[in-house]
Amino acid sequence: MDLRDTAEEAAFRAEVRSWIQENVPDELRGHRGGAARFEGEALRAWSRALSEAGYPGLTWPVEYGGRGAPYSFQAIFYEEMARAEAPPHVGVIGLGMAGPTIMAHGTEEQKSRYLAKILSAEEIWCQGFSEPNAGSDLAAVQTSIELAPDGTRFVVTGQKVWSSYAHIADFCILVGRGDPEAPRYQNLTYVIVDMHAPGVEVRPLRQITGEAEFNEIFFTDVDVPRENLLGEIGQGWQVAMTTLLHERATLGFALTTTLEVGVRKLLALARERGADDPLVRDRVAREWIELQALKYTNYRALTRLMQTGIPGPEGSGVKLHWSEQNQRLTKLALELHGPEAQLLDGETGGYWQFQQLRSRGNTIEAGSSEVLRNIIAERVLGLPRSR
Amino acid sequence: MNFSFTDEQDQLRQEARAFLAQHAEPTWSELAELGWLGVSIPEEQGGAGLGFLEEAVLFEELGRALYSGPYFATVGLALPALGDEQLARVAAGDERWSAEVDGLVPDLATVDWVVTDDGAARAEGETLPTMDETRPLGRLANGDRTPLPGSLDRPRTLAALACEAVGIAQQVLELAVEYAKDRQQFGRPIGVYQAVSHKLADTYVETELARSLAYWAAWCVAERDEQAPVAAAAAKAFASEAAVAACERAIQVHGGIGFTWEHVLHRYYKRAEWIDAFGGHAAVQRQVVAAHLLD
Repeated sequence: MDLRDTAEEAAFRAEVRSWIQENVPDELRGHRGGAARFEGEALRAWSRALSEAGYPGLTWPVEYGGRGAPYSFQAIFYEEMARAEAPPHVGVIGLGMAGPTIMAHGTEEQKSRYLAKILSAEEIWCQGFSEPNAGSDLAAVQTSIELAPDGTRFVVTGQKVWSSYAHIADFCILVGRGDPEAPRYQNLTYVIVDMHAPGVEVRPLRQITGEAEFNEIFFTDVDVPRENLLGEIGQGWQVAMTTLLHERATLGFALTTTLEVGVRKLLALARERGADDPLVRDRVAREWIELQALKYTNYRALTRLMQTGIPGPEGSGVKLHWSEQNQRLTKLALELHGPEAQLLDGETGGYWQFQQLRSRGNTIEAGSSEVLRNIIAERVLGLPRSR
Repeated sequence: MNFSFTDEQDQLRQEARAFLAQHAEPTWSELAELGWLGVSIPEEQGGAGLGFLEEAVLFEELGRALYSGPYFATVGLALPALGDEQLARVAAGDERWSAEVDGLVPDLATVDWVVTDDGAARAEGETLPTMDETRPLGRLANGDRTPLPGSLDRPRTLAALACEAVGIAQQVLELAVEYAKDRQQFGRPIGVYQAVSHKLADTYVETELARSLAYWAAWCVAERDEQAPVAAAAAKAFASEAAVAACERAIQVHGGIGFTWEHVLHRYYKRAEWIDAFGGHAAVQRQVVAAHLLD
């Protein structure tokens, strides 16, 4: 056990820190997030700069254009991005989900066609999993992916929802029903859809914050070439599980580093407004303690991943706890503002009000808290299935 | 960055767990023979010359087994205050120690000596009725004090308690999971009901978070890291509350049987409450953390 950086890790940390310091544009530093983070040339330019410096795909194998670095480098990168309050790369769906799924299930042609442009930020990806009638129950998706009679292409028709980045995306990883007659879990098909193809329509979905961070995607008789199939027809569930495994493997660190920014801002706010009140002190201390708990749980999970190559169960509660803690933290920050918490043009310019509203989505997106508790109960604790 | 125990430390854990499964209440001389009393005592004094991480493993396993002898009092509390000759006697199993903290002495009746602010005292005084009967608190009688070369190490003690708390939380979680798989109501095991299973999922998450904090604190203590005081306060605050909550949920999941004197759960619950109270409840520890963050 040694919680210090190794010599290689320390050198990488120093390199990343000074690179971010020199390169993050001032107008993007401390950006509060939200829909605006996907738009504007500054963010695309920042993402391209990150790509040119070789930071996306740190842990990807060298043969696919990555650095082949250990997972600890990815963690250090997230930590340093958070420390500088630098906004994330716009290609996160490609980097975190589509890319690893293509590496695991894709053909050689697919790997050479897509992976390099994910890393270079030339092509942006979105995810088409959730539907109006299939949220937590992913296997119930209705979007139809039908093989055309000539066998050279699929025809896709249906509706997807809660799709971040769809309005700027070039490609979508899409799960739909490939064989309506097959039994559950054997009836799904997973394809790559060109978001610029005829029949694809993206509509912004205005959310509780008033912003449109997510989108609905409508597919009407969209032609998808057969070579865009990932895995086999009917194996979509298995391929989708790879995508979600990768989402969850790297999610813990990304989430915890955003919480670290929140806790730092909360501490500044408390020093400014209520550092003498014992109730405030107690609640602020709790947020800091639980942030450390998440951080060191990530480190344990990371060590396990580096030693065995398989993510252990340690990290399975991180997203669950993070989401509930983030909701509590934003509420506390607003309470520290007193009755002026309702004012959007106060000194913090609506930052905490936005964060509080946005945090309500945290317990719903990327696995609702109810589904995560079921997963822990059944797969980690071995309790009998509830369904 | 490597946040895992070594193979040797994992092996110590396996040995401790296997031994305690066979010997629920080992004698003091058995602990001496196992080498557990002298884990961090230098080899010149008859110890193993290892560190606090190995002791942390043992605190967790002893907490899990609900061991009731003065191991925490001797190794978790008193050890840093003792001189070489005293350490040699501890390693040999010839002397048991405790310490006076907030006017209270754990295991006063079963130790020989007590560390006080004014030096060592003979373990004489009154043992008080204590909610956790297996770790009673006492008050020292007035008497002579002999100077000691060292002093108590608060972060080390808090980290030891955090590790014990993790052991308790893990054990009662496992008891509750087994019960929820086994117990049938309405024709199904009660673990299928999410009102039951989600409680246990919460215990699992809190136990893992507590474990991370406890191991972090233990590493800081072992390495004499400057963060040790705040890490230990944080770990003790979170782990003791997690252990208490784990026991409360386990009792609830067990229903009536969990509320009985014959079931073991009440003893874990009382130990968890003991740990929370000793050295200051979680709220007191959070004030220490707050001072570190805000002042």
